[in-house]
Amino acid sequence: MEELIKPFRAALESLDRIAADNVFRQALERLSPIAAVEQLVVPALEQVGAAWEDGRVALSQVYMSGRFCEELVEKVLPRSDPDRKHQPRSAIVVLSDYHTLGKRIVYSMMRAAGYELFDYGRMDVDELVARALADKISVLLISVLLLPSALKVRAVSDQLKAAGAPVKILVGGAPFLFDAQLWRDVGADAMGRSAADAVNIVHGWMGEMP
Amino acid sequence: MNGTAMNSMQRTLTTLGQQEPDRVPLFLLTTMHGAKELDLSIEEYFSRAEHVIEGQLLLLKKYRRDCLYPFFHASIETEAWGGTTIFLPDGPPLCGAPVIARPEQIDNLQPPAVMQSPGLCRVLATIGGLKAQVQDTVPIIGVAISPFSLPVMQMGFDSYIELIYEQPERFERLMQANIAFSVEWANAQLAAGATAICYFDPVSSTTNIPRDLYLKTGQQVAKRALAQIKGPTATHMASGRCLPIMAEIAETGTAVVGVSVLEDLAKLKAAAKQRVSLLGNLNGIEMRRWTPEQAEAEVKRAIAKAGRGGGFLLGDNHGEIPWQVPDDVLLAISAAVERWGRYPLDWVDDWSDGGG
Repeated sequence: MEELIKPFRAALESLDRIAADNVFRQALERLSPIAAVEQLVVPALEQVGAAWEDGRVALSQVYMSGRFCEELVEKVLPRSDPDRKHQPRSAIVVLSDYHTLGKRIVYSMMRAAGYELFDYGRMDVDELVARALADKISVLLISVLLLPSALKVRAVSDQLKAAGAPVKILVGGAPFLFDAQLWRDVGADAMGRSAADAVNIVHGWMGEMP
Repeated sequence: MNGTAMNSMQRTLTTLGQQEPDRVPLFLLTTMHGAKELDLSIEEYFSRAEHVIEGQLLLLKKYRRDCLYPFFHASIETEAWGGTTIFLPDGPPLCGAPVIARPEQIDNLQPPAVMQSPGLCRVLATIGGLKAQVQDTVPIIGVAISPFSLPVMQMGFDSYIELIYEQPERFERLMQANIAFSVEWANAQLAAGATAICYFDPVSSTTNIPRDLYLKTGQQVAKRALAQIKGPTATHMASGRCLPIMAEIAETGTAVVGVSVLEDLAKLKAAAKQRVSLLGNLNGIEMRRWTPEQAEAEVKRAIAKAGRGGGFLLGDNHGEIPWQVPDDVLLAISAAVERWGRYPLDWVDDWSDGGG
């Protein structure tokens, strides 16, 4: 499968939907849909994410790659497919501000990796805490663009802890990239430097959870 | 020349001419901090030109800055297109719902008239009021969001990326409307008394689009727009990377590039090759928790890497200092520029990165 990752990634980065589709089909000739996702799509998206972190790939390419992959995976692993990963029970949200691109990218990457998760859209602190508790969420992915929004993660974390809810909080977005200490300051459990990083972190947590 | 005390305008023009002035100009781009000075909410502060005039003049004196920055907020431009602004108690005002909900709306889009927008007229009145106070002693920096980056607010970033890649004709139609608006807006500010225009163009950053796409889109739009703006411009990447396109940004005719802390200032200075000056690149997000000692060390680092030979303005890397950055940090930055920014920068010979 290694030999397919490189052309698949190249097709994604050059926004060649047809070439990406062809490589994905080749993978499906050898593997089950979920195995093709895990052995081709996820590693390719990880590489795209890593390339964005060090400036070799642009956000527009990351966004379009995630969208392509989400569409490819949706065709072979529809929402109702039992191979889709519904655990840990997860949700994604834009906290307080109105910039949704980051959340959209992470949502696409998570779904392209076979995960199902709630999309809460944009919420403020109290609404988010109430909804996460009602939905019995185990993993909460919070995306922000602005510093004041990032600082509000502290209130989310404190309220969830006060309610006795064992929710792991994964944060991402520009303020966390510019201040590597910020995610700890606001009480998050981890910070995703890219969307693919977020998928990896959730995958790791999945293995730790009962 | 650098032995003679200069005013802010002389200092700035000297460095833009790739010469060493008396000291490194400090372009501390504080906007919302004016509300703190006047003990007003951010929304109240930006509701009247008189508030912003008074706030900017107080900040000029307090931080010994070398520019006035009558920038209200980016969404004031989308208000002209029919959009709304959402005010926060502790952060920059945000855009409300996109004014372009469907790409088809672009087909009939007409640029709004600047003088019919109350918000833009408030900015023009502010610039005029500041100009009356300082005349030509302090640069007054107006702001125009680039026609290429404005659609992030007009239609949302995800929809805009899809438009660029998938609907080139509609993209061009949108650029035509936006260029007409941005040029009129920039020229109105220059006519009101602005010295230069900060052309915010973060979408052109290689953080956001690849270099080859920039050459076909953002750079072409910048060339078309800047050629019609009747004054100097500074292209600002608002924290985004630009090292791989520095030469191409210079080709657009801009005088200054606002650069990111994600890239090395010495490499950026080398890439600028005296064709453009640099503005940056203090980390505004980290600044929130800096000690005065850290602030001094960061100022030294920036000056050591980019100060020599002129062509350098010290500022943050985003084009707006966050509300959460405390006064003692901003005052420490100002004091450090006074101490370490005096030319000739002989101390730089003994400076090493990491050693402070």
